[in-house]
Amino acid sequence: MNALLEISDLRLHYPRVGLRATPPDVLRGVSLQIAAGETLGLVGESGSGKTTLGRAVLGLAEPSAGTILFDGADITHLSAKRRRPLAKDIQVIFQDPYSSLNPAMQIADILAEPLVAQGATAADARGSVRSLLDKVGLPADAARRYPREFSGGQRQRVAIARSLALQPRLIVCDEPVSALDLTTQARVLDLLVDIQRETGVAYLFITHDLQVVRHVSHRIAVMYQGELVETGSAAEVTSSPQNEYTRSLLLASPTADPDRQRERRELRNALRANATDLVAQSR
Amino acid sequence: MSTTNELDTVVLAEDLDSPKRAGAFRRLLRNPLGIGALITLTAIIVLGQSAPLFGVHEPAFSSLDAVNAPIGTPEYLLGGDQYGRDILARLLFSINVSLISGAIGAGVSIVIGTVFGLIAGYIGRTTDAVTSWVFNLLMTFPALVLVLVLYPVTGGSYQIMMVIFGIFLAPGTYRLVRNMVVGVRSELYVDAARVAGLSNRRILSRHILFVVRGPIIISVAFLASSAIGIQAGLAFLGLGSTLVPSFGSMTGDAFANIYLHPEQLVWPSLLLALLTGSVILLGNAYRDALAGPQTPVRRKRTAPPLARREGASSAEATTPTAALLSVRNLRVRYPQADGGEKYVVDGVSLDVAPGEVVGLVGESGSGKTQTAFSILGLLPPEAGVEADVLSLAGESLLGVSPKEMRRLRGGVVAYIPQEPMSNLDPSYTVGNQLVEGLLSSMSRREAKRTVLELLERVGIRDPDRVFASYPHQISGGMAQRVLIAGAVASRPKLLIADEPTTALDVTVQAEILDLLRSLQNEFGMGVLMVTHNFGVVADLCDRVVVMRDGRAVETGAVRDIFHHPSEEYTRELVGAILDEETVRTDPAPAPGAPSAKEATR
Repeated sequence: MNALLEISDLRLHYPRVGLRATPPDVLRGVSLQIAAGETLGLVGESGSGKTTLGRAVLGLAEPSAGTILFDGADITHLSAKRRRPLAKDIQVIFQDPYSSLNPAMQIADILAEPLVAQGATAADARGSVRSLLDKVGLPADAARRYPREFSGGQRQRVAIARSLALQPRLIVCDEPVSALDLTTQARVLDLLVDIQRETGVAYLFITHDLQVVRHVSHRIAVMYQGELVETGSAAEVTSSPQNEYTRSLLLASPTADPDRQRERRELRNALRANATDLVAQSR
Repeated sequence: MSTTNELDTVVLAEDLDSPKRAGAFRRLLRNPLGIGALITLTAIIVLGQSAPLFGVHEPAFSSLDAVNAPIGTPEYLLGGDQYGRDILARLLFSINVSLISGAIGAGVSIVIGTVFGLIAGYIGRTTDAVTSWVFNLLMTFPALVLVLVLYPVTGGSYQIMMVIFGIFLAPGTYRLVRNMVVGVRSELYVDAARVAGLSNRRILSRHILFVVRGPIIISVAFLASSAIGIQAGLAFLGLGSTLVPSFGSMTGDAFANIYLHPEQLVWPSLLLALLTGSVILLGNAYRDALAGPQTPVRRKRTAPPLARREGASSAEATTPTAALLSVRNLRVRYPQADGGEKYVVDGVSLDVAPGEVVGLVGESGSGKTQTAFSILGLLPPEAGVEADVLSLAGESLLGVSPKEMRRLRGGVVAYIPQEPMSNLDPSYTVGNQLVEGLLSSMSRREAKRTVLELLERVGIRDPDRVFASYPHQISGGMAQRVLIAGAVASRPKLLIADEPTTALDVTVQAEILDLLRSLQNEFGMGVLMVTHNFGVVADLCDRVVVMRDGRAVETGAVRDIFHHPSEEYTRELVGAILDEETVRTDPAPAPGAPSAKEATR
C-alpha cells in the first residue's frame, strides 16, 4: 500500500448542543485512498457529507471515530501546533471565490502569507508571488490589486495560486468551479489538470456535478447520506454504474443535447416508476 | 448569476475605471460634519496641551482680589470664581482632565473588551460560554454606584475611578467584538488561513481584527464621551480631589453661585458640550465614511418610465401578432461614476409565443437578468429603460404606471427567483406568505384551500405540514416548489424564471425541471428561462436567445443552437460544455503501483 491519503472507517458527528440527544453521524464509516498524483472525484448531493469529509482531512472538522493517514502518519486528531507544518503538504481550494479571499488584502499578501507562515522571509515570499501568478495565468500586475477588482474566475485562479504556494502533495478542491460560468469552468478545470501533470499533486475533488468530475478524476467515489455507495475508475462509474443511487444521479444530470436529454428524462422516469412499484410490492 | 451579482459587476467595472478609491479617512474629511468635528476636537486638544503657555495663573491659585471678578478683568480674562481663582486657567487645565478621563475609560474598555471578545469569538465553545457569562455578570453591576462605594479605595483619584468605570464599560465592547468575530470566523478565508498553517495569533491580528476594526473605532468615540460625562458628573457631585480642576467641579462651584453670577456656569458647560459633541459627531462621521458610497455619490433621480425611442424603423417595430411577449431593441442603462452612462442591455429583441419556452443564455454580466427584470419592471430606480416595443399579452409595458405594473406582475406575468430561501420571509409561515398574494381576489378560507391544492400540485407530499412551516424548516428544493406554487397561483400567461435550479442539487434540479415542464403543459404558459446551464436549456427550451455584453448574439431553435451554431461566440459557449463522452484517461503520474487503487471499499 502506498496511498498518499488513506481514510479508514471515518465517522463524524457535530458536537451536541445543550442537552439534546447526540446528533446523527454526518459521516458513517467512510474509507477511501488517494495515491500520489491521482485525482479522486467525490460526488454527492448537498447534505451527503462530502464537504465534511474534506474538512476533516483539512483538520477543520473533528472526526468522532476512524483514522486519516497522510503519507503513513496519523493526522486524525492533531493539535493546532502539530498540524501547522502539515500545511506544506495539504492545501485547499474552496467553492466560493468571493469569501475565500480576504477583501482587505492585496493579492501579493494573500499569496505570500502561507510562505511567511512556514518561515520564509517576506522578501523571498514576495519573490515567488510572480511565478505563482504566472503559473495560474494571471498578469504580474495583479499582485498589487485587491480581490474585488477581479472576476469570479480570476479570483478562483488566485485561490489556486495560494494553494500551490507551498507546493503541497494533496489539494482538497471543494466545488472549485461550481460558482463559475461555463466557459470559465472549462478553463479552470484545464488549469487544474495541467498543474497536476506538471507538479504531480493529488486532488480530492469534491463536487455535485458529474460532468465536471468526469473531466478531472481518475477515480470517482459516490457518497450518499454519509456513506460511499460506489467507488471505481471514472469510466466505470460513469458508463456502467453498479449502484442504484449512482444511476439516478447520472440520469438526473441534464445533458446538453435536446434529444439525448429527452431519452435520459424518460429513462429516469422509468427508473423512478420502477422504484415506486418495488416499494408498493414490498408492502 | 443573481441580480445582485450582476449589479456588482457594474459597480466593479466603475471601480476599475476610476482612479484609486478614496480611503475612509479621506471620505471623512469630505464630510462637513466630520471635518467640523475634527477641527473642534483638535482645537480643544491644542488648547488643553498649551494651557501653561497662555501665561494664566495656577488653576488652584486663589486671590481675594479676584473673587467673582467680572469678565475682562486684567489677568482674569473670563473673570474669577467665588474663591478668587482664574476661570480661564481652570477651564484650560480641565480640558486635560477630561481628555485623560475619556482616554482611560475608553482605553480600558476597548482593550479588555477587544482582547476577550476576539478570544471568545474565535475559540468559541466553553471559552466563549465562560467569558460571556463573566461579562454578563459584570453588566449587571451598577457601575456608578460601585465607583461611589469604592471611593475610599480610589482615594479620590479620577484616573483610578475611570479605570474602574472602563472595566464596567467593557461588556459592551466585548459583545460587539465577539459577535463580529463569530460572523467573520466562519468566512472561508479564515479557514484558508488555518489550512495555510497560520498561527491563531496571526489569524486574529491579520484577518479578523482587520475586518472588525471599523466598528471598534466608532465605539471608542461613544465610550470616550460617556467616560468624560461620568467623570464630570462625579466631580460635580464633589467626588474627587478638590485640587484637580475639572469641568464637573467648575460647574459644581458655579452652580452654588448661580444666583449671583450665572455666567460662570456658561464656560465649563459650553466646553464640555463642545468636547463630547465633537467626539460623538466624529464617531458618527467615521461610521458614515465606512458605510458610505464607494464611488462618488450618484445623482439621485426617479426612474423614468419606459420610453419609446423615436424613429424606430417600422420593420423592427412590427409585432408578430401571435407573440405573448414581444421585445424590440430593449436598452437598459446605468449612470456611471464619471457622469456618463453605461448600457448593460443594448438593443435586445426577443419574442415568447404562448406556450413556448425560451431560454435566455449567457455568462454572468451578459445582461440576461437585467433583460428579464426590465420586463418585470423590477430594476432599481437609477436604471434607465427604453425600447421600441415591449408588450405583454397585447398590452404595451411602455409608460405603464407602477400600480398597473403591479397588477400585471400579480396576474399576467410571474417570476421564480434563483435563491428560493432568500425570497421567503423567515418570520412568516410558508402558508401565510402564499395566502397573502391571493387575498385580493378571494376570501382567506378560499385562498388557503387554493394554496393547499397548489402545494400538492407542485409535488409536496404533506401540504398541511409545509403550509404551517417556517422557511428555515424546509429544504431548498422544497422552498423552490413553494415559490413555484406561488408563481403559478394566479395562472400567469408568462413565467419568468431566473436561474431557478442553479442553487439546487442535480437530483432536485431534475425534479424541479420536471415540475416546470408539467405545469407549463397544463397551463399553457409561456416561459422565459434565464440560465447559464445548457443542460437546463436542452431539457426545457424550444428556442434560445444567446446574450453577450448586453446584446442578443444569436437566436434560434434549440437544436440549431446546439448542432449548428452560426455565431462564433455561440460556438465557443457550446464548445465549453463538458461533454459526456470525455472521461479522463491519462493515468495518475504516481510512481507507485496503480493496482492498489482499486482495493478501496
